[in-house]
Amino acid sequence: MTTALKGEQVARTITKALPDSVAAADSMSVVVASQSLYQVAEFLKNTPELDFDYLANLTAVDYMGYFEVVYHLVSLEHNHSLVLKTRCHGRDKPTVPSLVKIWRSADLQEREVYDLMGIVFDGHPNLKRLLLWEGFVGHPLRRDYL
Amino acid sequence: MEIGRYSMAPLDEIDVAEGLRINSLMADSQQPIPDPDSWLDEEIRRNVLITTVDYVVDWARSRSIFPLMFGLACCAFEMIGTAASRFDIARFGMDIFRWSPRQADLMIVAGTLTWKMAPAVKLVYDQMAEPKWVIAMGQCSISGGPFKESYSVVPGINRIIPVDVYVPGCPPRPEGLIHGIRQIHQKIVKESINKE
Repeated sequence: MTTALKGEQVARTITKALPDSVAAADSMSVVVASQSLYQVAEFLKNTPELDFDYLANLTAVDYMGYFEVVYHLVSLEHNHSLVLKTRCHGRDKPTVPSLVKIWRSADLQEREVYDLMGIVFDGHPNLKRLLLWEGFVGHPLRRDYL
Repeated sequence: MEIGRYSMAPLDEIDVAEGLRINSLMADSQQPIPDPDSWLDEEIRRNVLITTVDYVVDWARSRSIFPLMFGLACCAFEMIGTAASRFDIARFGMDIFRWSPRQADLMIVAGTLTWKMAPAVKLVYDQMAEPKWVIAMGQCSISGGPFKESYSVVPGINRIIPVDVYVPGCPPRPEGLIHGIRQIHQKIVKESINKE
């Protein structure tokens, strides 16, 4: 059974290496500032005792005030997992950095989130609609759609 | 991270063309196509000379329908169950589900039709040779079903292609589909080769 790491515990490790990058942490997850997301992701992947080599899931939640992008990370070597979150504000073009360069599995999932939620992933090599067709108006999983 | 600069990929021609195709089909398909019901008056218009030819042709057609495999969603499993040994639609001369529309004359649209799939349905229907019939199987293909209000689902395949028989159910049981096929048979034997 995969062990879910405590959020506070990982947040302390991240803060030691990258100060001011963690915005909040609880027992379930770590919330990082979106401008330091890329560095945190690199740190989580390349640190040997964490070694998160597998991005299992990527999704987003619309809280009306802000969007939260959720990353479910798994280490196949240590068999532990972590929920990493980041927030982005504004409904016009909310932007978070793309993590395709770190985890290839982010490619299609970031396109899906862009398609249905309208979150722009800066640095994505091929950011266009995945499920809906080009010319579709709006992003249907937003809570203010319709 | 610069917020003003976005890494949007340039759209390929094929994406733009697909989008235009779907949007124009969507604009053209806002009203349902009326069901073909001219055959209701057909018996009145029949003349005596070709009645026997009609009888023979309709008899042959109704007893060897070649259905087209068109499973879109869960209804397809009931359609497969209908074709398998227990319900056995070979009894009605429908031994083989064809994979090619050019060899089929009955299209059983089984399942939810999305707008992205709609051009393909129209293309496949247009490729089928006359005479051809369409069964809308299940609530989704009849009216959109639970997804009627959805942004991505066609509210009834009669927006896209004319439908001969509607088989309701979610999904319909194989008996329901067989009943729909029997209705198609009854419809075929009322048709005439005397087209106006």
